[in-house]
Amino acid sequence: MLDALAATGKTMQQDQQMSNSPDKTIASDSVAEFIGTTKRFGSITAADGLSLRIRRGEFLSFLGPSGCGKTTALRMLAGFERPTEGDVLIDGSNVSGLPAHRRPVNMVFQHYALFPHMNVAQNVGYGLRQRRPRMPKAEIAQKVAKALGTVRLSDFSDRRIWELSGGQQQRVALARAIVNEPKILLLDEPMAALDAKLRGEMQRELLALQRSLGITFVLVTHDQEEALAMSDRICIMGNGRIAQVGTPGDLYDRPRSRYVADFVGKANILTAEIIETRDKLVTVRLRSGALVAVQQNPDDSRAQADIAIRPEALSLAAPDAPLPVATATLPARVTHRTFLGDHTEYLLEADDLGTLQVNVPQQAERVSGGHDVGARVHVLWPEGTGLVLAADD
Amino acid sequence: MRLYALAVYAFLYLPICIIALFSFSEGRSAASMQGFTFDWYLRALKNPFVMEALWTSVRVAFLSAFMATVVGTMAALALTGMHGRVRKMFDLLVQIAVMIPGIVIGIATLIALVTVFDLVNPWFEPATGWKLSLGTGSLIGAHGMFTMSLVVLLVRGRMETLDHALIEASSDLGATPFGTFRQVTLPQILPAVLAGFLLAFTFSFDDFIIAFFVAGAETTLPIYVFSSIRRGVTPEINAIGTMVMVASLTILIFAQVLLRRTQAQPRR
Repeated sequence: MLDALAATGKTMQQDQQMSNSPDKTIASDSVAEFIGTTKRFGSITAADGLSLRIRRGEFLSFLGPSGCGKTTALRMLAGFERPTEGDVLIDGSNVSGLPAHRRPVNMVFQHYALFPHMNVAQNVGYGLRQRRPRMPKAEIAQKVAKALGTVRLSDFSDRRIWELSGGQQQRVALARAIVNEPKILLLDEPMAALDAKLRGEMQRELLALQRSLGITFVLVTHDQEEALAMSDRICIMGNGRIAQVGTPGDLYDRPRSRYVADFVGKANILTAEIIETRDKLVTVRLRSGALVAVQQNPDDSRAQADIAIRPEALSLAAPDAPLPVATATLPARVTHRTFLGDHTEYLLEADDLGTLQVNVPQQAERVSGGHDVGARVHVLWPEGTGLVLAADD
Repeated sequence: MRLYALAVYAFLYLPICIIALFSFSEGRSAASMQGFTFDWYLRALKNPFVMEALWTSVRVAFLSAFMATVVGTMAALALTGMHGRVRKMFDLLVQIAVMIPGIVIGIATLIALVTVFDLVNPWFEPATGWKLSLGTGSLIGAHGMFTMSLVVLLVRGRMETLDHALIEASSDLGATPFGTFRQVTLPQILPAVLAGFLLAFTFSFDDFIIAFFVAGAETTLPIYVFSSIRRGVTPEINAIGTMVMVASLTILIFAQVLLRRTQAQPRR
């Protein structure tokens, strides 16, 4: 009954144990696991050899464009799809062959899938009414009331579903799932049907709920901002494979591949020749001949590679301005300038290099007075920013 | 153009109106109007042959509609789960079944039943003391088979518009497949199922051709009306016809309302 609370306690305990003896707790630390999980539909491979551990109590997002396999991964966790190869574990036991109704996970559907012939309270109590042996009616009513309180819909228990707004429907769907105290709560693009303002509100609410319940949340989304804002870890998918798993900061600062660098935030991606490696820094020669120092990609022995640098890591200076030390300069011409409130987005044509994007914070823009379209400028590349990307699979 | 349309409607509905009108005639002829009376209705309702035929018709219609509804709904659910060529083939067969003329179904069912009875009776009769023959049973069977395709069509239509996520949600929340059917699928398709039942009921109740072939010694109301016409038409026949028509129309309108409600149900 107090599973949700107990789970939080357990996680803390495990964290302590982890620091003492990491080896012992690896098994119980993960609430679910994909082991070489592949799903094919006819000739299409929707999920290709997924291997991933989902940690107990974390907020994990599957992020990727449509058709990347993120929904298939979620549906294999829920039990709607059976893996063609490999296994899915929940709480250490293999559930690959177990149908959805026998798995200890619950889902919030994209369009909520609330039962239109039941009122709000009946919808929320549905999962509890399926329990065998039967749960006493009074206990069901009490749990339903508590779940509705959690999502701030206590006064709505007798309402019909179609009398509710989109945001309210979503909260009912949430209550209907969490009332069962699932091991994992699965969320399939739950914000897709909400307008932008409501979406931000719901994100904060969802996050607060996850923290207070201590349930593992697994979210599927194509919205990178949503994933960055909410997740402890993000699993970026492409072409049915996992491209990279990491914290939002990790993925933003150290994207492994061009695909990830492109998908999370904006990045300038340039082909460069690797000259020498020293102390985690690599000196590379760009096509224009300019030398810049960037972060190394471990175990890399290629002579040529893609390198990535974020638009906000670069800055602009007038050609006659004094140059700071430890900074490479690329001569360029401004082609577009877009004022975006807190920053200004510049598109430039760098000599012998192609298009670059540079975001200048409003503060710096005020000091320098800005650069007109057509003006010649220097793009400044501080030493050690940017990094070498691994080859795309 | 409008005149033409009016003429078509008049041609279609005038005879029916006249039958209804003449059922109130005081005279003995069913083809003229003299005075006004409810006597023919009373006589029809007091006529034991009419009442017996009516009872047979209602019984057959109810049981065959029940059978058609149960089997038809199950078939529709199974078809929804199927894909590709098999499903297309079954869909086509169901649609064809609705379009086949009653007389073909009547003859085919008669021949099939008689052949089966001839094959089965030699060992079935000595074993149980019962002899299979045409009668209420064969009527229910024939009508049930025919009207089943109507139920399949209606329920299939409803299943197409049903959000599959509802079924997944139910399963996700721990309901067994049967639990999902009872608590989610059936309530969602119930209007279509009921409409299918009512439609099947009226089809069986009004059917003359198939019943004529397979009824054996039984007399349904349409068969009674047909045979009494040969003995001369009185306004009593008109009265029976009017009552049957009013009852059928009421049921059909009710079925329409149910179907309308299915479609008008608010979606998420």
